[in-house]
Amino acid sequence: MGTKLNKAASGTANYVDERTGIGALVKFLSRKLFPDHWSFMLGEVALYSFIVLLLTGVFLTAYFVPSMDIVTYEGPLATMQGVEMSKAFESTLWTSFEVPGGLLIRQIHHWAALMFTAAIMIHMARVFFTGAFRKPREINWLVGFTLMIMSLAAGFTGYSLPDDVLSGNGLRIIDGVIKSIPIIGSYISYWLFGGEFPGEVLIPRLFTAHVLLVPGLILGLVAVHLFLVFLHKHTQYPGGGRTHKNVVGLPLFPVYTAKAGGFFFVVFGIIALLGALFTINPVWNYGPYDPSPVSAGTQPDWYILFVDGALRLMPGWLGGFPFEWEIWGWTLSLNILIPAVIMPGLLFGFMALYPWIEAWATGDRGEKHVLDRPRNAPVRTGIGVAVISFYLILVLEGSNDIIANLFHLSLNDLTYTFRIAIFVVPPLAFWITKRIAMGLQRKDRELVLHGHESGRIVRHESGEYVEVHTPLDDQERWLRVNYDNIAPMELEPQYNEEGVARPGYKWESFKARLSRFYFEDRVEPVTPAELAAAQHHGHGAEEHDSDGHAEATEADAALDAELAELKKD
Amino acid sequence: MHALARKRYHKAAPLFLVLALLALITGLGAVITSQTAEAATTTSASDVEEGQKLFAANCATCHGIDAQGQDGVAPSLIGVGAAAVDFQVGTGRMPMQASGPQAPAKDVQFTEDEIAQLAAYVASLGAGPAIPTAEQVDPELGDAANGMQLFRTNCAMCHGSVGGGGALTQGKFAPSLFATTPTHIYEAMLTGPQSMPVFNNANITPEDKRDIIAYLVAQRDGSPGGIALGAIGPVAEGWAAWFIGIGLIIASTIWIGARSS
Repeated sequence: MGTKLNKAASGTANYVDERTGIGALVKFLSRKLFPDHWSFMLGEVALYSFIVLLLTGVFLTAYFVPSMDIVTYEGPLATMQGVEMSKAFESTLWTSFEVPGGLLIRQIHHWAALMFTAAIMIHMARVFFTGAFRKPREINWLVGFTLMIMSLAAGFTGYSLPDDVLSGNGLRIIDGVIKSIPIIGSYISYWLFGGEFPGEVLIPRLFTAHVLLVPGLILGLVAVHLFLVFLHKHTQYPGGGRTHKNVVGLPLFPVYTAKAGGFFFVVFGIIALLGALFTINPVWNYGPYDPSPVSAGTQPDWYILFVDGALRLMPGWLGGFPFEWEIWGWTLSLNILIPAVIMPGLLFGFMALYPWIEAWATGDRGEKHVLDRPRNAPVRTGIGVAVISFYLILVLEGSNDIIANLFHLSLNDLTYTFRIAIFVVPPLAFWITKRIAMGLQRKDRELVLHGHESGRIVRHESGEYVEVHTPLDDQERWLRVNYDNIAPMELEPQYNEEGVARPGYKWESFKARLSRFYFEDRVEPVTPAELAAAQHHGHGAEEHDSDGHAEATEADAALDAELAELKKD
Repeated sequence: MHALARKRYHKAAPLFLVLALLALITGLGAVITSQTAEAATTTSASDVEEGQKLFAANCATCHGIDAQGQDGVAPSLIGVGAAAVDFQVGTGRMPMQASGPQAPAKDVQFTEDEIAQLAAYVASLGAGPAIPTAEQVDPELGDAANGMQLFRTNCAMCHGSVGGGGALTQGKFAPSLFATTPTHIYEAMLTGPQSMPVFNNANITPEDKRDIIAYLVAQRDGSPGGIALGAIGPVAEGWAAWFIGIGLIIASTIWIGARSS
């Protein structure tokens, strides 16, 4: 039986290989090494959520009718009897209440969308805080960044498809945001909605974008993203023997193929669990779209919440200063343009360009395959935490009515608090994080120089007390001393000896200032010389105790022997 | 031209018109209030007397011994009707425990009889909306689909799409309606307690009010989709995605990562 099966399998494999030459590729892939860490699986979560989205999406496409034609509901839902609605909304209700398993699949699809965006963002945070975006991976960072934007686009187009009141209100806000763009805004809006909002063409257009355009782009970009991961080889966390020139890990086959394959089902299971247990986007509560009603608790899905928060945060007037002007008959709505267009533009622009910004500061041209521990890049870690705090404040402001209601707070006071916090908290978060990171670096230094505390104190014959430290083993020490020690860039003078101005001085002086900002305060790793000196001196700095450490360990051994004998007696 | 115009209209015509309109409005008002006043006359004189005593002991501190209210402290209760008393006292909002942005519902402080006596007393001070009958608030008799549309246009902007509640300005809030009795929902619409506007019978007819009640009661059967997460919209869903979904995911990545090589 066994040999028969083996024969059949090898026969098939051979047949395929002789016709496609796939054997070489399989061999190459299965021997590809990957380092191991739980945080390397976060990107996988995003990919698997996307696969779940594709699978459930195919099911939903079979039942959804992307049409804004008006029909009267006659289905089983009592609260919608005889209500006029678009076919899009009716078919959503039909999928939810009449198609077997339809509601479950709809909920799994929506939860998978929330998980997809969330997984992308934590994956992005992991890449950022460990410095995995450094050379040669800057372009892949950009590909990943574009995937993140695409995930928002996929989410938003899908969120709007059922044509319910909640998503319709979201579209109304988007329409307002587009119209706030000076001069071309209203033209774009009319072009997009096929006339005045809401028009009659939007749902079919969103549907095409949601099921063809955006997923197609995501698939293509995922392919590029993964290809570049294979090309660059995976980064690895610092540790003994791991350098910028090697990869320490296990081959893809068999351990990782089993793990990754199994992990897909874990992710699918968790998303399906959410879909089975928790209601999401109950469109039957919101009702068919009608431009007039807006209910309390009208918010976008979480990944767009920060834009909603920025809109809520922005005052219409500051003191007596209005943010909406009319210039030669054109309305300039800065109160919408700043929070909903300029702010996301700057935030996303900064995120996209970050690898280059940091490269200007370091001036380092080498390839980096060993990740940074976040503490060893205090300024980067600080910037990351500051951006996250900025984002979180916007998310909280976007949920201000929910927070006010939940904790019995004043909505107005919350908004005033967040208006101050948005300027105060991120710099504070930066400074505190940077200081904590440097504190941790100092702790590492201390540990490398003095070793672990053993909790034992030994008294010498001379009467002196010595605290016994156990030195770090090689792995522990490697982790703590082997990081890039970058000094601020030296700026060459503006004029040469002949007093002629050097071209490119301004750019260099900008880079030097950036470099100073990054590396002015730094904790340098312990050098071999420092380590040798510390081990030689021990901790007591007195003359007579020049080999304190050695003595201490000897005394320690003697003490142990004595204790052992005492116990025997 | 002028002569012709003078002949056609008497000088005082506009005045008469206004007066006639006023008479019509007051007449209509009298008819409507007399209807509600009729409904309120099922209470006896002794109820009013007992109610007055309860009022003097529990309410007069703020609303005044003659129920005329005090500026900046409490409103006058003359003409608020039995429905307002039944709602405010019957949901525990009154007597108010502490001053604040608004009086929250709490444990009811009086027995049903005492509430009826208080209501009878306040109703005796001036005609006002009466407590609705059981039939007026019976959700079985209402049309939930019409209620959905009315709720969406009139109520959802404060109470949320299905009555989960929502925030108002300066610490005020529209409470969740998931546990409010049909009678109290009806009375709230009729009397407009606290920040809520009055939806009188011309605005939303008694039948429409019952439809709204039918819609709200239909929400209590639970969500077809599973745990409703408070039915407050995407913020709660986002929290669930991060704290339950991503929480479980990270726990499993660590678990898988731990049992490697």
